[in-house]
Amino acid sequence: MDDNDILTEIHRDQMYNLLQRKEREDGRAFDEYRKISIETGVFERAEGSAMVKIGDSMVAVGVKMQPGEPFPDTPDVGVIITNAELIPLASPTFEAGPPGEDAVELARVVDRGVRESGAIDLKKLCLVEGEKVWLIFIDIHILDHGGNLIDASALGAIAALLTTTIPNRRYGIAEEDEPLPVKDMPVSVTMIEFEGNLLVDPDYLEESVASAQLTVISNSDGSLSGIQKLGSGPMRVELVEEAVKLGIEKGKEIREEHLLPLMKTA
Amino acid sequence: MIEGSVLGMVDGVHTFFKDGLRLDGRKKDELRPIKIKAGVLKRADGSCYLEHGGNKIMAAVYGPREVHPRHLQHPTRAIVRYRYNMASFSVDERKRPGPDRRSVEISKISREAMESVVLKEQFPKTVVDVFIEVLQSDAGTRAAGINAAAVAMADAGIPMKGLVTACAAGKIGGEVVLDLCKEEDNYGEADMPIAIVPRTGEITMIQMDGHMTFDEFREGLELALKGCRQIYELQREALIERYKSGVEGEE
Repeated sequence: MDDNDILTEIHRDQMYNLLQRKEREDGRAFDEYRKISIETGVFERAEGSAMVKIGDSMVAVGVKMQPGEPFPDTPDVGVIITNAELIPLASPTFEAGPPGEDAVELARVVDRGVRESGAIDLKKLCLVEGEKVWLIFIDIHILDHGGNLIDASALGAIAALLTTTIPNRRYGIAEEDEPLPVKDMPVSVTMIEFEGNLLVDPDYLEESVASAQLTVISNSDGSLSGIQKLGSGPMRVELVEEAVKLGIEKGKEIREEHLLPLMKTA
Repeated sequence: MIEGSVLGMVDGVHTFFKDGLRLDGRKKDELRPIKIKAGVLKRADGSCYLEHGGNKIMAAVYGPREVHPRHLQHPTRAIVRYRYNMASFSVDERKRPGPDRRSVEISKISREAMESVVLKEQFPKTVVDVFIEVLQSDAGTRAAGINAAAVAMADAGIPMKGLVTACAAGKIGGEVVLDLCKEEDNYGEADMPIAIVPRTGEITMIQMDGHMTFDEFREGLELALKGCRQIYELQREALIERYKSGVEGEE
């Protein structure tokens, strides 16, 4: 813990010095993402899957579907269940055991994006009202923690969903399998605040020195479906507004470059 | 306190307004009634009971005190722990007791909302424990919990840079409004709780879920900030009241 604190302190100084010259350690602009790569259909046993890399971060997402009971208060819509595991292979700071608060928050933020954007047409996933609907399990496995796990996970989730096939035949529901009806492509954009500046897509070290982080989830029409501030550092109101605006802009770029091509091949 | 169904239905669509007012009679920028009382528990170092609409919240603060388990203690500052818990009888359908994923997340973001105001360096190796018990819930419990927690922390004499005040704005029937009640939250389009430090005007928590445009987001933020300022006055009054009434049988 102490070692980490000292390293963080040194790093903070270095970042501060770079900041005076409007630079980041890896040479990126403040609003620039690291290299993003998305590979879909990587796990054959899953109904949909994706492997996402943002810089050094690597996240595997698998979607499984099976018929099950709907929630009593929503008897005619499918169910989304999102889970994230920060498994110890991904970082020396992750420990085995039940999901901690970071994993729970990560899963819930990703879930919120998928759910509130209305990306999945859940009404179409009702089989017998009140009795049987499709359950969609989105499972997120963090494989390498290089920072900004939320964006990588959210991108993995929507990429996996875009390429998901409903396993009708396996469960005797219909003769043919069919693609999952996906209507929107929510994109999550995370920024840290550092000395009054916004840095998009923080890497591991940037994240460790940041006291506040803001995640903005936006949809194809530029509307918002989720916002979450992480970390205890306070942020000025104007900076929060600026961050939300920037989040919508960067979200659009990522959607067009990385998700639209998937939609066409799906 | 909690009305039956205050929502109207027209052709299977929920209506949220009648004669320009919300169905519980409030204006768009009006808070529900709030009552705050500081120092209501004897054992705790600081406490607060808060009602906000149909929300009934009890907050207790212990500390700064020794950290258990030991390995959590920090050599140069205090740590803050925050436990948000809902009573099983606080909702219509009995909630299974104990933490669930929702309460884990709320505990985390609430702790982060409070942490930055605490002068933690004054109390190395200690913990400030904040416990929130939701006895009756009516939408906006995380904000109500934070408001109660801030008063309880001040009541416990924890040195702070300022109070923390929280309030939500939301969107119902296409309109941006302040402080959603339960029915509005259930059937509305978006909810956005924020927490600020009124003394500095900075935001320490913000969440949004639902559907909003950027302009609606700005309008909501503006409304929520106004709401926070009103609640801040009530928090101050509760603390002034507490120390005006003197010390009764306590240390």
